[in-house]
Amino acid sequence: MQATRIAPSVGWQLLRLGGGSSWPSAFLRQPRPGPARRPYASGAAQAVLEKSESLPDASTRDKQAKAESKSFAVGMFKGQLITEQVFPYPAVLNEEQTQILKELVGPVSRFFKEVNDAAKNDSLEAVEETTLQGLKELGAFGLQVPSELGGVGLCNTQYTRMVEIVGMHDLGVGITLGAHQSIGFKGILLFGTKAQKEKYLPKLASGETLAAFCLTEPSSGSDAASIRTSAVPSPCGKYYTLNGSKIWISNGGLADIFTVFAKTPITDPATGAVKEKITAFVVERNFGGVTNGPPEKKMGIKASNTAEVIFDGVRVPSENVLGEVGSGFKVAMHILNNGRFGMAAALAGTMRGIIAKAVDHAANRTQFGEKIHNFGLIQEKLARMVMLQYVTESMAYMVSANMDQGSTDFQIEAAISKIFGSEAAWNVTDECIQIMGGMGFMKEPGIERVLRDIRVFRIFEGTNDILRLFVALQGCMDKGKELSGLGSALKNPFGNAGLLLGEAGKQLRRRAGLGSGLSLSGIVHPELSRSGELVSNQGLERACIKSCWGWPSESYVPSPSFQAVQALEQFATVVEAKLIKHKKGIVNEQFVLQRLADGAIDLYAMVVVLSRASRSLSEGHPTAQHEKMLCDTWCIEAAARIRENMAALQSDPQQQELFRNFKSISQALVERGGVVTSNPLGF
Amino acid sequence: MAELRALVAVKRVIDYAVKIRVKPDRTGVVTDGVKHSMNPFCEIAVEEAVRLKEKKLVKEVIAVSCGPAQCQETIRTALAMGADRGIHVEVPAAEAERLGPLQVARVLAKLAEKEKVDLLLLGKQAIDDDCNQTGQMVAGFLDWPQGTFASQVTVEGGKLKVEREIDGGLETLHLKLPAVVTADLRLNEPRYATLPNIMKAKKKKMEVIKAGDLGVDLTSKISVVSVEDPPQRTAGVKVETTEDLVAKLREIGRI
Repeated sequence: MQATRIAPSVGWQLLRLGGGSSWPSAFLRQPRPGPARRPYASGAAQAVLEKSESLPDASTRDKQAKAESKSFAVGMFKGQLITEQVFPYPAVLNEEQTQILKELVGPVSRFFKEVNDAAKNDSLEAVEETTLQGLKELGAFGLQVPSELGGVGLCNTQYTRMVEIVGMHDLGVGITLGAHQSIGFKGILLFGTKAQKEKYLPKLASGETLAAFCLTEPSSGSDAASIRTSAVPSPCGKYYTLNGSKIWISNGGLADIFTVFAKTPITDPATGAVKEKITAFVVERNFGGVTNGPPEKKMGIKASNTAEVIFDGVRVPSENVLGEVGSGFKVAMHILNNGRFGMAAALAGTMRGIIAKAVDHAANRTQFGEKIHNFGLIQEKLARMVMLQYVTESMAYMVSANMDQGSTDFQIEAAISKIFGSEAAWNVTDECIQIMGGMGFMKEPGIERVLRDIRVFRIFEGTNDILRLFVALQGCMDKGKELSGLGSALKNPFGNAGLLLGEAGKQLRRRAGLGSGLSLSGIVHPELSRSGELVSNQGLERACIKSCWGWPSESYVPSPSFQAVQALEQFATVVEAKLIKHKKGIVNEQFVLQRLADGAIDLYAMVVVLSRASRSLSEGHPTAQHEKMLCDTWCIEAAARIRENMAALQSDPQQQELFRNFKSISQALVERGGVVTSNPLGF
Repeated sequence: MAELRALVAVKRVIDYAVKIRVKPDRTGVVTDGVKHSMNPFCEIAVEEAVRLKEKKLVKEVIAVSCGPAQCQETIRTALAMGADRGIHVEVPAAEAERLGPLQVARVLAKLAEKEKVDLLLLGKQAIDDDCNQTGQMVAGFLDWPQGTFASQVTVEGGKLKVEREIDGGLETLHLKLPAVVTADLRLNEPRYATLPNIMKAKKKKMEVIKAGDLGVDLTSKISVVSVEDPPQRTAGVKVETTEDLVAKLREIGRI
């Protein structure tokens, strides 16, 4: 496997391609590296930051920079509570859409229960032919294609519900369907011309032709910008000649339509300089020159076909360029970003099924004279499992709803949902096996198959590690802008007194732990925010004073919403401190970035469940009290994690030592080629 | 022969997979928030009607259901399976609980006449009340021949050839049209409604009428006294020899 060479400059790439408006020079104070010094880029994160790169003129870039983001995640890095997209928990389906969705759930669930055989698919290492045919007839291959072009025309929220069913029953089939429509031909849906859509979508929707997304190469995984497949334009301009090979392509052996990313030479009209930029193409197998290797043998999702796809002198008509020439990277990242919510949705469904099995076992298994669900260890496992499922599900439906509401700034939240969902699913399934004991390890119950299937979700579609870097850096970007604004104000203090006082005041209060007056009261249901004073900081002060004087503090447990706000303020304080300390160098501080990302993930998770539980309480759902418990429990632990993480980040000398040690230990291992020490015996 | 028109009656029942719970006041079973779907035998009837249409033996398939507003979901499932249009005989929820085979049969008889259909298809019985009466009663009201417990239906020389599953084996009948057929388990295996068909079904016509419009009186002469759980099964008794068995049976007065 190709080792990703993430050198110090990876962070550079992440920000360099963010365009001039992201890190103003006053803050940067260093010239950015030119094209010559462009070693190892980290593709996924980089390209999503690359939004502004394709925008031609400065004024458009500035406009984009000025448009305030409504993303909660962006706000939390700045210590702001931007609640439009998260409170109240969005409900976007109108009555008709809800009715249709309800009608679709039945047949699809039935199909997966009665026709699809996940165990069979796994041992065959392919989806059974009758099942595949049935799925095509069911219409499962074109869920989001408009009905005029032969699809079912579902919006994102409806698609989320469908994918939940698939995830519950068979992830191998899920990937076959997802590789086809979530990424394989999504580019045509998002960027295709009318002609391209009419030509390709009908057959793709019916499943007559399958699609695949071809980005990864032997030497380019996370570092997607470094791909080497080339598409050279013909002198007449009518076609491109495609040469290169892609690996680990889902549906690679089955597809007839490929979305292929290749480097094309772009001539700068002004300077005449030729640069290599990525362009996306729609390539048909019958163009000739397209071959694929045998199916790869995998740990999991065995039913899904994964193969090498080789392009040898393939002539691709110029009409098949997807999007604009040279904007292929943006296309790739938009496609991935657009489909990311689907993963959290599928995994929420998987976890629901797994938890049912774990509960069934715990409720029926007798040991030591009792059903084992009466034992604390089992109870804690089950409780943790369901909280992870609740959070993942809440994130999936929130992101899809935000997308349906027309939000364009959901990339951080989508990335968080992917990271969280994939790790949650792994933990839940692992714990299910643990609860079932030896039985869980056996093939028959099928839990081990699910565990094997789930492993890849932490790897593909942007590894969780890259996505963490992305979450942290993208989140820091806006904050960095704000701080740079402050920086220039300091140069002219008299003119900017108000700004300074306001900012300085906020910073002082935050550093003193007094909070900046943020509150969720009135937004969150009263049962989740302890009534009256304790929501405000004065309440906290009073309670602290009381306990200092030895007065009984009447079991002061901060409400979940208060904890969320407190955690947010803590988080923002640390973000600010780290940015001020490292400035642009933060891009290289991966130890810090990882911890910031974890904090961001926990924060978003807290807010998401607060929102969902609030809505359930306001609407009097029958499960509202149970959800309140899930929410409270989650928030208590998440807030504690954030506190700990942030405190660790703030205690500087110790942190630095830790990070230095990590680095040295790693270097020693690399030099030694493995474990440095021998065993205690010395031989 | 392609002039035949078929009316299929479908019933919305509690889904077969649901665990039934009796209401605490013992007036019935819990239906609130419980999953409902089309009666499995009705599904088989719809499937048969659609197959006949695909074989070009039937020109139009109309799906009908009697009951509260949610029945429209059931009719839509029939539309998604291939029926051409739907009729919802709307009965308010409270009254719907007292609907029995007699009332439904009256409605269907009137509808069959009004729509001038040649074939009325139903499931042999509903899985909630297991009455197994509606099809037979409609045939009686209409004075039409009936082929119940059908395991095969074909059109032969202007007549309907129906193979029936009866206790002794199989019985084959020839019925003059118009006729009533009720579907049994092995008649066919119903298709899965595909997602595009479900979307298309939205555009199909759904007429809503009331029983009064057909001149049918829905009053029932039957009232439910109580609904109870079956008694808990008690453990059996093991005996050593046949003599013991006979003695025990005598003891409890069985022989």
